[in-house]
Amino acid sequence: MSRDRRVQGPDDATQEPAPGALPAVDSRLLVREEGLKGYVGEFRRKLRSGELGSLPVVLAVIIIWTVFGSLDSTFLSAQNLSDLSQQIVGTGMIAVGIVFVLLLGEIDLSVGSVSGLCAAIFAVLNVLNGMNEWLALLIAVTSGAVVGLIQGFFFAKVGVPAFVVTLAGNLAWNGLMLQVLGTSGTVNIPAESIVAKLYSTVFHSPAAAYVTAAVGVGLFLAASLLDARRRRSARVPSRPVAEIALRTAVLAAIAFVTAYILNQYQGLPLALLIFLILLVLLDLVLRRTTYGRRIFAVGGNIEGARRAGISVPFVRMSVFSISGTMAAVGGIFLAGQIQSASQTSGGGNLLMNVIAAAVIGGTSLFGGRGSVWSALLGALVIGSIQSGMNIMGVSNAVQFMITGSVLLAAVVVDSLSRRSQKAAGRA
Amino acid sequence: MPEPVLTLRGISKRFGAVQALKGFDLEVHPGEVVALVGDNGAGKSTAVKAIAGVNPPDEGVIEWQGRPVSISRPHDAQNLGIATVYQDLALCDNLDVVANLFLGRELRRFGVLDEVRMDQRARELLDTLSIRIPSVRIPVASLSGGQRQTVAIARSLIGAPKVVILDEPTAALGVEQTAEVLDLVERLRDQGLGTILISHNMVDVMAVADRIAVMRLGRNNGFFDKRSTTTEEIISAITGATDSAVTRRQARKREEER
Ligand SMILES: Nc1ncnc2c1ncn2[C@@H]1O[C@H](COP(=O)(O)OP(=O)(O)OP(=O)(O)O)[C@@H](O)[C@H]1O
Ligand SMILES: [Mg+2]
Repeated sequence: MSRDRRVQGPDDATQEPAPGALPAVDSRLLVREEGLKGYVGEFRRKLRSGELGSLPVVLAVIIIWTVFGSLDSTFLSAQNLSDLSQQIVGTGMIAVGIVFVLLLGEIDLSVGSVSGLCAAIFAVLNVLNGMNEWLALLIAVTSGAVVGLIQGFFFAKVGVPAFVVTLAGNLAWNGLMLQVLGTSGTVNIPAESIVAKLYSTVFHSPAAAYVTAAVGVGLFLAASLLDARRRRSARVPSRPVAEIALRTAVLAAIAFVTAYILNQYQGLPLALLIFLILLVLLDLVLRRTTYGRRIFAVGGNIEGARRAGISVPFVRMSVFSISGTMAAVGGIFLAGQIQSASQTSGGGNLLMNVIAAAVIGGTSLFGGRGSVWSALLGALVIGSIQSGMNIMGVSNAVQFMITGSVLLAAVVVDSLSRRSQKAAGRA
Repeated sequence: MPEPVLTLRGISKRFGAVQALKGFDLEVHPGEVVALVGDNGAGKSTAVKAIAGVNPPDEGVIEWQGRPVSISRPHDAQNLGIATVYQDLALCDNLDVVANLFLGRELRRFGVLDEVRMDQRARELLDTLSIRIPSVRIPVASLSGGQRQTVAIARSLIGAPKVVILDEPTAALGVEQTAEVLDLVERLRDQGLGTILISHNMVDVMAVADRIAVMRLGRNNGFFDKRSTTTEEIISAITGATDSAVTRRQARKREEER
């Protein structure tokens, strides 16, 4: 099975293939060796040709945790890591929307304002006007979708560059938020409100975290095995069982260690659970549905997508609507975190942080490459830096400079990897 | 001869000040290869895009199996059974070969993409066309020009079309790959498909075409039957020279210069 999987050898990675079709077995195409050695070989080839994937961000997390952990032992305490897992949810949710937009090769600069606007809409409807909290929540999230759709319309149908539309939106939606909040300025969200509970609820039973980890790992293993079996019976290359076992083992290690740490403190936070479920679902949408395939196609070659019969305006408008929706959801979690919606909601460095999270996580600024998991990984990096610096008592001024530098570093890695991918004929 | 599967009547298309097509006519019959030839900028690609729904014509009638149809989007052409391989290929570099082959008509199972069946059908298709690529799962960006061309042709055949339009399919190909594409064109004819082949290479045209439609400055400039024409006659129609001994000589020289 894996014998069919021919890949270019490391030394040929930068060589232009000969013009015309290659003979069935080309001497330059190496069969990936079975077992661990084959992995190392393929891994090295990928690195050389610039397919870095999530490697830089995983390294970044390890370095950040090591540095802060050695500077102050409270950083790696169960309490701090548990708090971190909750704190990254708001940023991460908004960053998921940014990932979708980046896959098109576009940018959405309005998500900060939109998140603040939607939090304000909820707070005013529910807290000030006594509307049913579920209805208020629904209206707030729908507002985000509509705002995204409006921006998407100006981009996709009118043809205004996305960064201009959303830059204008950034100001306009912020203004609308101030209008919605009115004279009150700040609306406090009571601790028993659904929004506060969404953020603060923790499943104290240790079973919750372990069962979640087990279910996640089990589903992954079952899906991989079923897929491999179907592939084998259809006689197309499939993942060897050893590879599936290795992947499952890595996932299981991460899942159960996380569950253990969470249980050392209070248990599994609801916010984290919701975030993870959403990531799994949106990952399926991106990789396993026609709609997701269309997003990648538009991000890769607009004209090609158009000629394949894909409605480019529909894809664009829907993606901006997803971005607005995720901004609203993230805004709700952020409001639940500080238990208020105020004139500063969605401002400050939030916009920078969510864009940084998506890019640091490994989604390319150039479109067509990325995954929703980069929102989680990137938010983890940003969150870790902030948490670490807060523990160390570093001032906001320095925090801004460091976060800015990390974003620049991520963009540099993205640009360089794109360059070497081009050289290796992979971009 | 059976009735034409595709008929164009009086197609016109303007791009700003450029009249790219004017009163253009064309007929394609099942099991027939029509070569569309003409100099650079003659309007061949524009005609193709009008048929394919990429740039719908300003005026004129398109008939499909004798009935007038309106083709205003690429999907309309695909649904009728018109498959097009564009001069600039229009593949998505970031997607792998299978994703490109099935782009716009992915196979699904329980609502999600059926990668296994797409993988399987892609392999079968590439095998029957004797197309050789390193793997169906590598991004198209890492294929050579010729391999990309064959992928683009294979992609046009996924939807079991009735008419296939090939815009300069051999321009980037080596000797052997050109022969393979021409074989492929003949196989399409044997299967009863109508084929429109655009090429600047008269040898290729004379090798596989049944009829030759010449375009010049956006208009028809004669239809020729392969069995009763010569390369010289076609070249003078392309260049606009009338058929005389002198122009035939010039045409020959021009051909030698190519
Ligand atoms: N999108 C467009 N906008 C403006 N003008 C165009 C456009 N597409 C084609 N044209 C013009 O229409 C005319 C015909 O172009 P077309 O691409 O159809 O030529 P062609 O016969 O395919 O030439 P070639 O052999 O070089 O491929 C040219 O003068 C070209 O400049
Ligand atoms: Mg052309």
